[in-house]
Amino acid sequence: MKLKPVLAGLALALGLAGVAAAADKTKVGFIFVGPIGDGGWTHEHNVARLAVEEKFGDAVETIYQESVPEGADAERVLTQMALSGADLIFSTSFGFMDPTMNVAAKFPDVKFEHATGYKRADNVGTYSARFYEGRAIQGLIAGRMTQTNVVGYIASFPIPEVIRGINSAFIHARKANPDVQFKVIWAYTWFDPAKEADAAAALIEQGADVILQHTDSTAPQAAAEKAGNVITFGQASDMIEYAPRPRVSSIIDNWTPYYIDRVQAVMDGTWTSDDTWHGIREGMVKIGEITDAVPADVKQAALALKDSIASGDYHPFTGPLNKQDGTPWLTEGETADDGTLLGMNFFVEGLAAEIPQ
Amino acid sequence: MDLSAINPVILTASLMVAATPILLAAIGELVVEKSGVLNLGVEGMMIAGAICGFAVAVETGSPALGFLAAALGGAGLALIFGFLTQVLMSNQVATGLALALFGLGLSALIGQRYQGVKPPATARLDLGPLSDIPVLGRVLFSHDPMVYVSLGLVAAVWAFLRVTRAGLILRAVGEGHDAAHALGYKVVRIRLMAIAFGGACAGLGGAYLSLIRVPQWTEGMTAGAGWIALAIVVFASWRAGRVLLGAYLFGGVAVLQLNLQAAGVPVPVEYLSMSPYLITIIVLVIMSSRRGRAAVAAPASLGRVFHASS
Repeated sequence: MKLKPVLAGLALALGLAGVAAAADKTKVGFIFVGPIGDGGWTHEHNVARLAVEEKFGDAVETIYQESVPEGADAERVLTQMALSGADLIFSTSFGFMDPTMNVAAKFPDVKFEHATGYKRADNVGTYSARFYEGRAIQGLIAGRMTQTNVVGYIASFPIPEVIRGINSAFIHARKANPDVQFKVIWAYTWFDPAKEADAAAALIEQGADVILQHTDSTAPQAAAEKAGNVITFGQASDMIEYAPRPRVSSIIDNWTPYYIDRVQAVMDGTWTSDDTWHGIREGMVKIGEITDAVPADVKQAALALKDSIASGDYHPFTGPLNKQDGTPWLTEGETADDGTLLGMNFFVEGLAAEIPQ
Repeated sequence: MDLSAINPVILTASLMVAATPILLAAIGELVVEKSGVLNLGVEGMMIAGAICGFAVAVETGSPALGFLAAALGGAGLALIFGFLTQVLMSNQVATGLALALFGLGLSALIGQRYQGVKPPATARLDLGPLSDIPVLGRVLFSHDPMVYVSLGLVAAVWAFLRVTRAGLILRAVGEGHDAAHALGYKVVRIRLMAIAFGGACAGLGGAYLSLIRVPQWTEGMTAGAGWIALAIVVFASWRAGRVLLGAYLFGGVAVLQLNLQAAGVPVPVEYLSMSPYLITIIVLVIMSSRRGRAAVAAPASLGRVFHASS
């Protein structure tokens, strides 16, 4: 299992050595945790990469490496990219955080942009999208549409981003339907279609008729379709090929404006390390079309929720909210601050599942 | 915790589905290794089979033709490996690893047009009254045909290696290729046939993923199943029956742990997550350790280069 990425890294190094000639172009590297054809998370990052190429034409050159495991292999790939003359590297998975910090320390002149992490340096900026805003809308639809009152959630890793999504979906599902229960499976992978399909099947067998996923492939959609009376939501990408059922809506990650903006900043020499966290309002999180499988009144409520989040009138984490163990977290009308959200490591009251520690 | 939500009958049935891709790939690799060849490219052959089968099934509308194409695709890729290692005598480990990478890349290339496409459904085999038997009917007699094909293959491989003359020759080639050569057996030809068979089985395993278990095409969708199949062959100490046990154990615990998680069993998720690997290895190692050394030994010529003049 381990040798494969090593060889991939070698192949990349050889390939990169061949094209190192073009010097005046801005070279932008991307490392991806899954294949660009995953139909979800990595796919959308690659769409933005292609948009960067389209926008700047000959002025940029992009390179990428897909299916890079989180850990030591990522460090090797990042080092190779930096050595090959990349000016800016987007490292697009939470688990690339420490490798990115390590490599960035060795290459102070190379700029790094790390997605969904929280560690920064002079040449490392972070960016993420407020996916939890979209999760709130999914939770509302899930709560209103479930017949069995069981919502299945395929979680990937117990990190703040995933926990935020579960909390946000749960809060709004409960608001819409006080009887709703969440069943959570931790898949411990971002991308493994067979395992994702099995997880979806296990949840459906145990009564879930809504499946939410925080993994990257479309396999849970296929499993839900096979099972019949189950609805799902596109994750990271629209997954429109499964509309109108099982996929009834989606969260779409739209990285294009941000990537173009950052590449431009590097070209202009104005790039500085910062922390960007955009949501529905800025367009980084988009809500895919809500299909006709959703009753009109539910759709209307979902769109109203979306508008109120976009306008800033409503924050998905608004008190009163207690933590899972019953201790108070937010008082009436209080909203969560970004610091707490970024480090979120607890479930809210009512969730029966557990976070692996 | 709500264990009553887990239906053991459905669980057993989904266990068999979850184990079939690994079982197919592992039983093929078993024959390859018994002939003295170490082909580490199972992952590549599986994914090549996954896309060949998917593409042909979509174009023709027939899953059966899809599986046939998957077997051919896997065997074709395997024969590249066979040509390089048996005719040109390249290093088997390096060539096998290269094959795994090549298969992943090639399948991604072929598969570009097939993302988001839905494959034709594979019908469950209608076994008439057998499927209506309570419990047993659901567990044993209501699967798609490939589950039975995989079980049949295991039985056939077991019988082939144990009681047929051809199987004896294959094992002889794997244990001592020089001696087999001296006896007049065509070592290279026999190994090429074994390699092609292994590739065809891996291809079927991949197509089982893309056509039945998931079912869709996604790049890299085997996600390591080929490597697990390789490990199972070793831990099963090159015996067909234990390969079956290992694959079902792995598939079973993998499905079971997901169900236990969904039911909210108070066992840390980390333990549940590692349990398929741990339990499979422990059980197979314990089984192997009870016999003498001869029972666990790998084929003596495994991975060694054969040259007719030496």
